[in-house]
Amino acid sequence: MSFWNDPLKVAADWLEGVFTGWGMNADAAHVLVAFLGVFLLIAILMVIDIFLVWVERKVVARFQDRLGPNRVGPFGLIQPFADIIKLIIKEDTTPGNADKVVYNLAPILSMMSVLILWAVVPLAPVMLGTDLNVGALFLIAAGAIGTLSIIMAGWASNNKFALIGGFRQVAVMVSFEIPMLTVLMIPVIFAESMNMNAIIAAQSTWYFLISPLGALIFLVAAIAELGRAPFDLAEGESELVSGFNIEYSGMKFGMFYAGELLHAFTFGGFWAILFFGGYRFLGLEQVSPFLAILILIIKAMLGYWVIMWVKYTMMRIRIDQMLAFNWKFLTPLAFALLLVTALMNALLASAPAWLYTLGMILANIVTGWIAIEIARSATRSEREHIEGGKKPAEAHH
Amino acid sequence: MVPHSWYLILAAALFSVGMFGVLARRNAVAILLGVELMLNAVNINLVSFWRYSDVFSMSGQVFSIIVFAVTAAEVSVGLALVISMYRRRNTVIANDVDMLKF
Amino acid sequence: MTAQQIIFILIALFTLGSAVMVVTTRNLVHAALWLVSTLFGVAAVYALLNANFIAVVQVVIYIGAIAILFIFAVMLTRKDMRDAGPQINKNWWAGVLVSLLVFGGLVYMLREWSGFTKTASELPPGFDSIGLLGEALVSPNAYVLPFEVASVLLLAALVGAVYVAFNPRAGNSDK
Repeated sequence: MSFWNDPLKVAADWLEGVFTGWGMNADAAHVLVAFLGVFLLIAILMVIDIFLVWVERKVVARFQDRLGPNRVGPFGLIQPFADIIKLIIKEDTTPGNADKVVYNLAPILSMMSVLILWAVVPLAPVMLGTDLNVGALFLIAAGAIGTLSIIMAGWASNNKFALIGGFRQVAVMVSFEIPMLTVLMIPVIFAESMNMNAIIAAQSTWYFLISPLGALIFLVAAIAELGRAPFDLAEGESELVSGFNIEYSGMKFGMFYAGELLHAFTFGGFWAILFFGGYRFLGLEQVSPFLAILILIIKAMLGYWVIMWVKYTMMRIRIDQMLAFNWKFLTPLAFALLLVTALMNALLASAPAWLYTLGMILANIVTGWIAIEIARSATRSEREHIEGGKKPAEAHH
Repeated sequence: MVPHSWYLILAAALFSVGMFGVLARRNAVAILLGVELMLNAVNINLVSFWRYSDVFSMSGQVFSIIVFAVTAAEVSVGLALVISMYRRRNTVIANDVDMLKF
Repeated sequence: MTAQQIIFILIALFTLGSAVMVVTTRNLVHAALWLVSTLFGVAAVYALLNANFIAVVQVVIYIGAIAILFIFAVMLTRKDMRDAGPQINKNWWAGVLVSLLVFGGLVYMLREWSGFTKTASELPPGFDSIGLLGEALVSPNAYVLPFEVASVLLLAALVGAVYVAFNPRAGNSDK
């Protein structure tokens, strides 16, 4: 077993040897090495996070036909560091009558809810935080902590805009969790496991190919969970100033901001893991774990890019429309899709691979088509209902 | 290994704390918070009995799942009642809602 | 004392301390947040008991849904949220007495029981409690009936909660 095949284990064994060589208890050395591993992962993520600021600003600039940051360093690459210095030296304000402890705890929880997700992300076949057998549910559990941090920030700020923003965001997150949890079960059905590594190992064909509709619903629900446009009602600059983080300044705001960016990148990664084969690409992941990490990061970046693409080309929708969209369209569709997928999976269990794939795609298309037809006829009748009274007056124009 | 008794004592203590909340609090929402603590204590017991007896018989975990479902139902209806009460009578103090007392 | 016992004691103290704060804090939003920390402690207890699925479900359902619902309810009934008179009724000493009696009685009765000091057996290698749990929940020989009844109960609670909390005046005003 060489360093290039299993770098983590080799490094951990070596470090444990060093620590026990210093006369440390074997158990204590094990715990210390695990702790160092966590620390290393978080440090790498934070460095990625810094450059995500640059990526986000560069991409939005391209979408809006601008150049983006290009003054500080080559291609503006040093810009995020300048931003960080600015955030750190800014005055750290706390509103009067704010609930100090809860107010200061909220940004930490927000960041934590994102970082904790990486505990179950398999970076390579042999490199992963913990091989949890409930990985898919863990995703939702970490989202629960994020929800909590937002309601805490909104309430503790002692500001009505913050509270309204927090309420909205929590209503959105709690309701969009349902379709997300439902479509998460689709890869679980295919892989017959909730373990992330097992889900990747079972994807000899990408699950996007056999459940495109599931992948799409997951993306929509993920964007809603992130609170990004078109679902960024919590921020709603035009009506709520900035939403739940209005009172935060300096690095505390920076933690919300960095947390949001990393969250988007993380969901890009989960989209890749659940529906696009994770670190697998043409067998290249077998060559070296480092190549596998590179593949996963590229796929996560592509997912992140799709999320940004949606954000910068769609307009914000109204909160009641959004909740109605979830409860009346997305949730029933997710339930129907889960039922259809489970049924087809059982029916086609013994069919050859091409028939299985074809049947699954057809089932997805038919489910999506029926859902869209139902939604279309419902909205059409609603429009007639609203415009019915006005029509004679408008006919003369 | 941790002896079974520790889990049972933890559950009993949590149950008693929740019971105190239910008996002593005036606010109806706070009473429901106490009920949550009691249900959690029950769940600790169920899961610990699963772990400390035959792990292949899943009764303990299944019961705790059903307790989860019942709790979700109880909380949603209970809080709906509290909010409805607040709308109609403008109070959430359990003592003030005594229309059926005599 | 082994490492696992130390971890258990830390988690138990954290859980019980948070639980005491839940029932004694005056500010109800704080009480709900202390409930969240209690629930985290209980999830950690499940993790110690090797019940991964239950631990994660605890976080998803209790913290992600129930605790958030509590915080919402506290905020919607805001008038009595802060310092409106005593938070504890005048017979609180009876509550303390009954709770202590229950605790003492439970521990006393359990002391007589033979399995009180039993330690858990090692889990068999490759043991997968999730698969067994899933089979138990939907198998006709096991718990499919309670499982279905629970789902009907949830549906009834959903409808009932909407009906009870629905404000007809507010609902009609914008029509």
